[in-house]
Amino acid sequence: MTGLRYVYAVCRPFRSALQAQLTGVAGTPPKQLTHHGLVAVVSTVPEGDFTEEALRARLEDLDWLTVTARAHQQVIDALTAVTTPLPLRLATVFRDDSGVRSMMEAREDDFRRVLDRLEGRVEWGVKVYADKEPAAGADAAGPGAAEPGRPEPGAVPGRDHLRMRRSQTRAREDVRQRATAFADALHARLSAFAEDARTHAPQNPALSGATGQNVLNSAYLVPRTESEEFVELVDREKDDVPGIRVELTGPWAAYSFTGESAGEPEVGP
Amino acid sequence: MTVVERREVALVDLLDRLPAGGVVVTGDITLRIADVDLVRIDLNALISSVNEQVPSPRDDPT
Repeated sequence: MTGLRYVYAVCRPFRSALQAQLTGVAGTPPKQLTHHGLVAVVSTVPEGDFTEEALRARLEDLDWLTVTARAHQQVIDALTAVTTPLPLRLATVFRDDSGVRSMMEAREDDFRRVLDRLEGRVEWGVKVYADKEPAAGADAAGPGAAEPGRPEPGAVPGRDHLRMRRSQTRAREDVRQRATAFADALHARLSAFAEDARTHAPQNPALSGATGQNVLNSAYLVPRTESEEFVELVDREKDDVPGIRVELTGPWAAYSFTGESAGEPEVGP
Repeated sequence: MTVVERREVALVDLLDRLPAGGVVVTGDITLRIADVDLVRIDLNALISSVNEQVPSPRDDPT
């Protein structure tokens, strides 16, 4: 049977077995391909979905992308339990094993350098949201506030409505500004604790389904041994700020830190 | 404290990392795919797809 090779990650050799039930993209179990002392974790995928042309179309298909991304993540997650994997970009595909070996040879030095940098580290995600709805009653005490339930005779509903809208807009803007300041301070504190940090674009509420505006969406590289402390730090910071919500995700494999670190200049050939 | 209770990973968090994260390697097949800004493609597709599923309340349902 022919098929292409989908590569999930490159790791140093590891002893523990992967979960027996683990399946990867396209439902086939991943296997290890060892070359020059590094391990590529690969599985066979059908040509129909993974040639370049097919991939371009598939990557724009939400259902396909979801299933593929989850399968990819599941393999990376299983690897994270037994070693520190260097995840490859989603949908990295080769014709056959020898293509994978050539790639490993060509990138050997890069892989070793990044694997050294990531060894024993995980990634944590932190998001800050500004609530869309101002706290109830925030503007009820303002001068001239309309008394609820007692419409004045001859009142102009349109004008009251406009005034209320303006006041809500101001309250929202206020929450957003406080959330941004809070997020900046939090990011500075977490960055100082973490070994490295990356800021992702704010998430689109249409995709996340989250209420509130996403004002910070960052990833932090943290040694496993300091993860508990990092989580406690986030926990402490997130308390008692009305209108602001903090979300923590992880631990992730170091997806956001596989490139050169931000502080390092690119080294030319 | 119990810290690392894993829940189902939200797709949107996955998509922050998966299309654009990870080492870019030029495979035999993905030689030119790797050059493409996958995030842009994916998010455009996603947003239009999500919007189809959840029409804006302001849209006229004709």
